[in-house]
Amino acid sequence: MKSIRRKAVCTALAAIAFGISAATSGAAETPKRGGILEFVVPDEPPSFDGHREGTFALIHPVGPYYSLLIRINPENPSSLTDFVCDVCVGKVPAPTDDNTTYTFKIRGDVKFHTGEKLTAQDVVATYKKIISPPEGVRSQRRQMYSMVESVNAPDDSTVVFKLKFASNAFIPALASPFNWIYQKSVLDKDMHWYEKNINGSGPFIFKEREAGAFMRGERNPDYHHKGLPYLDGIKAIFAKKESLRVQAIRGDRAAIEFRGFPPAARDDLVKALGKEITVQESVWNCGVSFVPNHKRKPFDDVRVRRALTLAVDRWGGSKYLSKIAIVKTVGGITYPGHALSPTNEEMQQIAGWWPDIKKSRAEARRLLKESGADLSKEYLFLVRGVDQPYKIVGTWLVDQWKQVGINFRQETHPSGPYYNILRQTKEFDVSTDASCNYVVNPLVDVTKYLSADRSSLQYGQYIDRDVDAAYDKMIRLADAKEQRKLMLDITKLTLDTHANQFSILWWHRIVPHRSYVKGWKISPSHHANQHLDNVWLDK
Amino acid sequence: MRKYIFKRLLLVIPTLFGAAVLVFIMLRLIPGDICEIRMAGDGGMFDQTAIDTCRVEMGTNKPMLTQFVDFVWGLMRFDFGTSMWTGQPVLSEVALRFELTLQVAIMATIIGVIIAIPLGIISAVRQNTWLDYMVRGFSIAGIATPAFWLGLMIIIGLLVSTQHFLGKPWMPPITYIPIWEDPFYNLSMLIWPTVATGYRYSAVVTRMTRSALLEVLREDYVRTARSKGLWEKAIIWRHALKNALLPVVTIIGLEFAFLMGGLVVTEQVFNLNGIGKLFIESVLNNDYTMTQSLVMLVVMIFVMVNFAVDIGYAWLDPRIRYN
Repeated sequence: MKSIRRKAVCTALAAIAFGISAATSGAAETPKRGGILEFVVPDEPPSFDGHREGTFALIHPVGPYYSLLIRINPENPSSLTDFVCDVCVGKVPAPTDDNTTYTFKIRGDVKFHTGEKLTAQDVVATYKKIISPPEGVRSQRRQMYSMVESVNAPDDSTVVFKLKFASNAFIPALASPFNWIYQKSVLDKDMHWYEKNINGSGPFIFKEREAGAFMRGERNPDYHHKGLPYLDGIKAIFAKKESLRVQAIRGDRAAIEFRGFPPAARDDLVKALGKEITVQESVWNCGVSFVPNHKRKPFDDVRVRRALTLAVDRWGGSKYLSKIAIVKTVGGITYPGHALSPTNEEMQQIAGWWPDIKKSRAEARRLLKESGADLSKEYLFLVRGVDQPYKIVGTWLVDQWKQVGINFRQETHPSGPYYNILRQTKEFDVSTDASCNYVVNPLVDVTKYLSADRSSLQYGQYIDRDVDAAYDKMIRLADAKEQRKLMLDITKLTLDTHANQFSILWWHRIVPHRSYVKGWKISPSHHANQHLDNVWLDK
Repeated sequence: MRKYIFKRLLLVIPTLFGAAVLVFIMLRLIPGDICEIRMAGDGGMFDQTAIDTCRVEMGTNKPMLTQFVDFVWGLMRFDFGTSMWTGQPVLSEVALRFELTLQVAIMATIIGVIIAIPLGIISAVRQNTWLDYMVRGFSIAGIATPAFWLGLMIIIGLLVSTQHFLGKPWMPPITYIPIWEDPFYNLSMLIWPTVATGYRYSAVVTRMTRSALLEVLREDYVRTARSKGLWEKAIIWRHALKNALLPVVTIIGLEFAFLMGGLVVTEQVFNLNGIGKLFIESVLNNDYTMTQSLVMLVVMIFVMVNFAVDIGYAWLDPRIRYN
């Protein structure tokens, strides 16, 4: 049995190595034109309007029909700071006027699929809809642009963003993969038109949709990046069940699923198909965490909350949980590896991240005893009813806490009732939580950890003015070193000193795909790099 | 008879109204908010005003009574509204899927009946012989085996066996094409879920056919027919089976209606874009308008199928009169 397992692991590792080498060598290969890329998507988009939705289920099937002002470099999507122009000219502009003005020159050769020219007026109308939508129009990420004072087009080829204060968060926010450029004339007539219709300027032209089944598009011959796209068309097939999506790749009914599979699915595919499968992996810009309810006893006591985090063996969990769940990297509240994020050495100074788990748990027991928390009681641990990674990590956490003597009853609820409890009734002692962001932008991502009256994503119900003050200071700094220092302060306050809420592990993105799919490179976000204009089929 | 049909049709109205009240109340009892699932479900950043705007758009901010009146008034005009999740008209969303579900239900019924009736007869006629034991084993296994599990096994079996024998794994198509456009493609997709559901279907009908026929075969008139020296096949086919079919027809009708709305998991396993898949997605998304409409559709199907079964009784047994 052991040797079979070892063999499977070796096969998987060999295939991953092959995948990585294939991906690397893919850059040197000459792309071939033609073919239809069929891919599976786990969910169906609720509407077609990128500005009002937040799900990858919209980005994957619909993103290739649209252009962005700037985007993550499709040739280097693993970089966290490499943004390139899409409909703008040249490089992403540097700020002027004390870093408060960004001037973009718009390309003259960009056309909507209706044949009309895309101008700076369209870009301005798009960003006005995102940043300051009229009443009755939803914009999901408007708070990401709190630094923007105005956006204007002095002429048809120039867009000027004026900021209230210099902010390093602006460019990553601008590169959100949801910021599709819409046509001003259409928006002027009907702000809701894009909810049910598609008219972009992206590499593919939308052709057909069968609700619940698929969406299909064809190559845009007038695409502004000359020579692209390589594919003749794309077909997104909606398939809810994970096992079916895995088998669809195995049976070649689909070539890829861009979101990501758990390790077991990767191993199965590699075992069944060998060299016909390439695996790309990356740290995922999603973190799984747990949040104590600060309004409930004994979790209103910082000692009890610290005991909870001290009980969790993240370094060990990374090793073992990563074999069965889509989690792996140990990190704090911001994406591990980002220039603003703490290093592993810095994290190891924080309670709960100490390398010596015995010492941590001894301290946890001491704190629990000192706090006088009732350890005979069973507390309620709310878990989102989704296997990967919540239910798996949830079960593991209950065991971790049991080891320091605090017992939890795990209550698993489907997403609807789960969010109802988390956001409305708030009847939980501790809950699983997650943050999953569109682009890596720590300055925006940490807003989740601000006080409850400032963050709609914070479910612990705490008010922490120290964190708020540090954040307000950090967001207005231009100096990256100073920002990093304050980010470390926020991390320490949130995870250790005030023990507000706790990250556990960062997700691990695993995308096994048919080896004939070339050109696509994995990024830390399953929302980013989905234009598919540089993807080709080696068939 | 006409009076009976008219009465039965009138009864549909309070049945539908009762179902409407029940489904409306029960859906509201499930905690959750479509706007929160939509915005917060992916763990990404969202704006609280966007949630508030969403509630206004969906009408979930209106008083419960207003929502109920809107729903019932819509039903009376056959206006089911728009899906809260996709924003598309409910009727068009359902119509798209209805065709596929209907085809699977018809094919499963055909497979089920073709297998079940002969097996049920053999099992009853050869009671307590090895043939009977085999049929009983086959049908009990069919009832005990969940269709979705069988479906998974079929897919994995196809992948493994085709890879082993043909060198390349093959699985059924995962997008639907109507049978009149490409019969081969259509059947290569739908035959497998049909087999998976038809097996369970046939198992239920086999059991019912066997027990009904056994009961009829013990009747006096069958003994009389035998004592008159009538040919055994004529006794079974002409005299016994027709009478034994009454409960079998009821089961076939109920199973058919169940397939029209109940293939929830099997449709997921084979990625069939049918009513069952739409049902589960609507419930998970807290899409009230879609779920309400689907429940009403299934209720209507059950009412109509039961009605047809009742009419069928009169044809099978001329002694039955609906006065």
